[in-house]
Amino acid sequence: MAIEYMGLNNIQGPLAVIEGVDDTFYEEMVTVTLDSGEKRIGRVIEISGDKAVIQVFEGTSDLSLTNTKTKFMGEPMRLPLSREMLGRTLDGAGRPIDGLGDYFADEIRDVNGQPINPVSRDYPNNFIQTGISSIDCLATLIRGQKLPIFSGDGMPHDELAMQIARQAKVVDGDDKSGEKFAIVFAAMGVKHDVANYFRKSFEESGVLGKVVMFLNLSNDPVVERIITPRCALTAAEYLAFKHNMHVLVILTDMTSYAEALREVSSSKGEIPSRKGFPGYLYSDLASLYERAGIVKDAEGSVTQVPILTMPNDDITHPIPDLTGYITEGQIVLGRDLSLKGVYPPVSILPSLSRLMKDGIGEGFTREDHSDLANQLFAAYSKVEDAKSLASVIGEDELSEMDKKYIAFGREFDSQFLTQGHNENRSINETLDLGWKLLAMLPKGELDRVSDEILEKYYKSAEENAE
Amino acid sequence: MANSQGKIFGINGPVVTVKGCDSFEMQEMVYVGNEELIGEVIGVTQDTAIVQVYEETTGLRKGEPVKGTGGPLSITLAPGIISNIFDGIERPLKDIRNISGSFIERGLKVNNLDEEKLWDIKIKAIKGDYVTGGEVIAVTQETSLLEHRIMIPPNVSGIISWIAPDGKYKISDVIAKIISGEDTIDVTIKQRWPIKKARPYAKREPISKPLVTGQRVIDTMFPLAKGGAAAIPGGFGTGKTMTQHQLAKWCDADIIVYIGCGERGNEMTQVLDEFSELIDPKSQRPLLDRTVLIANTSNMPVAAREASIYTGVTLAEYYRDMGYDVALMADSTSRWAEALREISGRLEEMPAEEGFPAYLASRLSAFYERAGYVTNLNATEGSVSIIGAVSPQGGDFSEPVTQNTKRFIRCFWALDKSLAYSRHYPAIQWLTSYSEYLGELEDWYADNVSGDFIEKRNAIMAILQEESSLMEIVKLIGADVLPDSQKATLEVARTIRAGFLQQNAFHADDTYVPLEKQNKMMDIILLFDRRIKQCVEKGVVLSRVKESGVADDIIRIKYSIGNENIDAPFKALAEKINQTFDGIMYGRAK
Repeated sequence: MAIEYMGLNNIQGPLAVIEGVDDTFYEEMVTVTLDSGEKRIGRVIEISGDKAVIQVFEGTSDLSLTNTKTKFMGEPMRLPLSREMLGRTLDGAGRPIDGLGDYFADEIRDVNGQPINPVSRDYPNNFIQTGISSIDCLATLIRGQKLPIFSGDGMPHDELAMQIARQAKVVDGDDKSGEKFAIVFAAMGVKHDVANYFRKSFEESGVLGKVVMFLNLSNDPVVERIITPRCALTAAEYLAFKHNMHVLVILTDMTSYAEALREVSSSKGEIPSRKGFPGYLYSDLASLYERAGIVKDAEGSVTQVPILTMPNDDITHPIPDLTGYITEGQIVLGRDLSLKGVYPPVSILPSLSRLMKDGIGEGFTREDHSDLANQLFAAYSKVEDAKSLASVIGEDELSEMDKKYIAFGREFDSQFLTQGHNENRSINETLDLGWKLLAMLPKGELDRVSDEILEKYYKSAEENAE
Repeated sequence: MANSQGKIFGINGPVVTVKGCDSFEMQEMVYVGNEELIGEVIGVTQDTAIVQVYEETTGLRKGEPVKGTGGPLSITLAPGIISNIFDGIERPLKDIRNISGSFIERGLKVNNLDEEKLWDIKIKAIKGDYVTGGEVIAVTQETSLLEHRIMIPPNVSGIISWIAPDGKYKISDVIAKIISGEDTIDVTIKQRWPIKKARPYAKREPISKPLVTGQRVIDTMFPLAKGGAAAIPGGFGTGKTMTQHQLAKWCDADIIVYIGCGERGNEMTQVLDEFSELIDPKSQRPLLDRTVLIANTSNMPVAAREASIYTGVTLAEYYRDMGYDVALMADSTSRWAEALREISGRLEEMPAEEGFPAYLASRLSAFYERAGYVTNLNATEGSVSIIGAVSPQGGDFSEPVTQNTKRFIRCFWALDKSLAYSRHYPAIQWLTSYSEYLGELEDWYADNVSGDFIEKRNAIMAILQEESSLMEIVKLIGADVLPDSQKATLEVARTIRAGFLQQNAFHADDTYVPLEKQNKMMDIILLFDRRIKQCVEKGVVLSRVKESGVADDIIRIKYSIGNENIDAPFKALAEKINQTFDGIMYGRAK
């Protein structure tokens, strides 16, 4: 059974090849022991005859063709799971690194998971109040949704994710005490400072005991990064569907993850598609994102907020592009807003929440939510038109109506978008603020709002003044 | 012939190489490994066969057996398909849930359709009849909306030597025996058909009827014909799926086949929930009673994603053969093309554009050509219309899937990001979209809606065209400097955009608009156009027209006038508009 294979036949990047292996299976785990006694783990990613290609998680440095012993473990990559994971810090492959030793495993699961049967999904429609106006009103987060933050280097996506994690609550939920709430945090290739920032913030807000952290930092092995989100999501599924908890999963940074995938793919000599990424990038990302959701047979939920930094702020880059096709919307941060000092710099026009339509309105938030959101979008897109015209002919030459829009846009940025890092606005405050801003525009311009709603909520600027 | 058997030699993702057997056929269905995962032979060389596996291959070992089934990947066709939800190879997801719970496990053995259910069968043929393929020999009420017609399989003909009486039968029961030459053939209710082979028909008919969808921008501006093929390309968030859902809900086909190919799980759940609740306005029955769903979400195995498209179109053809109009929605064909690319990459085939295999175009054309309006083998008429969503990388329409799709469809609904950003839905860009069916459908519109329907449609299109060239100028120097005649065009175009093209899918009336109302809305808009031009000729200041609120009245038609008894309110509105303009032009004329 436990045959050890001496030496390797080929090493290429993070991959090692062993020949003469007869009894292995696809995605079997292996341990590679160096002469120095160091142990590394890996996974079989291709079998061809008696040749097995192994992906070594900790990288292949120091490996030679002769100084290793390789053992096949007889099982796929699995993660021990327990409620005791809450409050713990693990490495990218799920091993404790906080010095508190192993936890007692209640169950062991394959990290690849299994696809959720669409028939057993429960359609998500529970509004999560994040206390952030731009998100709550215009790109509403729903429990069980996957809503990524598209950001760029140097923008405050970490702060935003942290604020969401801190303030997220379900209005009128059954879980007032937060008893059933948990956070799974997976860091892939992020800097030490960033990981520390999250840890410190969790600590300060007193939720650290409800957080499982998986850390693969930027100097940790690249290949391990591929397994990190899978471990995190396996933990999240376990907590959600076995212990009925509402789990918020923060994955950062998906760009590093995709780049790790590209690195492995190119060492395997696979045919690249766009920008050198493998042809299966879409399926691979989907196998992570689709693990969000609610199932009918359990009470918990997995909500994902992946963060990705768009290379060169380019939203058409394969990573954000494919992500947008899988996730249920996106929150896009804008460089121009960020430079103007707007926090959170949510660029509202490209931002979208696909599940929002069924989780807002009467019985969820307020009857006017949908109309108001559509009107704000429509008005803001006119602001953009007016701005681009102004940049050509100057603001003074604009028509009266365009000037009104410019003024509206300015107030929108400074009152609606801008808020403090700890400012937690209720949904009613947010919606009222939206109407207050719309009052700057004449009633005839509001063509996305039905007559009854308009009658009830619209007050012109003069009326507001009274 | 005994079924062939080989052994696994290599594994790379969903692609498995098999050695030790040279009798596998191309496209033969095989069982892979001890768990008997379903696969298909996609390449055969001396002693080696290449198999793509429709389930996850984790845990497969070298040396495990691969068993042939002797036939290509086929699906079961019988009552019980409608209202059901299947995966890409026609396994019912509800049954899978009963076996494996919330998650889909591997190597599950489930029947394609319920083999135990008794159907109330009414026999239509009599003993001694000479029957040929496609002939209807019995019927049963499959759902409240649909009579299922049980047909002789396409390749069978002969004299009925025995036929069962009316009664309750299971789908595997023999209901007729047919003498064909020397053989006696047992005809069961169910039949099997290989998914990659188009079902035969007698004759293709020319296109003549539109697929009425109740969506103004589609029915009026860019209509799709029954038996036609359309593509909806658009970047993420432009509303491909929403548009597909709207069409599946409201189009006037008898049967909807909705394929979720590599898309989101929650979306399929939504369709399932929503269609069970939504009531068809014509029959007062749930929409699910005319819908079959195929769900292969993005995290389900990639090879089954490739099969899902074929499974869907085969189901559609089966119902077409009964004489129904079937509309097939595929969301999204790009994911299917990517599945082809992924498997092609694993086979180390020489890639063509952007890594897609060179046979992308031929596969796409083979799929879209299965759409058509035909006379069936049993002399009834039926149609399959295909509406494929395309998800171009980066929203760029010059990529291979969009470009190749464009060659094989005749109706192109281009979704536009900037329209979607300003929440103008459906975000179908009127300047880049087209429908080649317009000419063929002109007579139908003239006979069934209004003699000058297409003329009016063209007049509206011309205004939009003019607006777009004016907008070029406006972008540079602002609208204020334009002469009044051009400002008038912009004002009319604004009402067309907001009042006609934009449609609210969440509003009870506006979600579906009958052609009659679409026609009258055009009348009103063109009346407005005529009157505002008269104003300009008279030299009346345009701001007075704006202040009068006429344009806002027109934009609000979609909410203010319902879908029924529309003659009176439209007449009243036309009068009001005329009076308002008379007032503006001639002073206080009453």
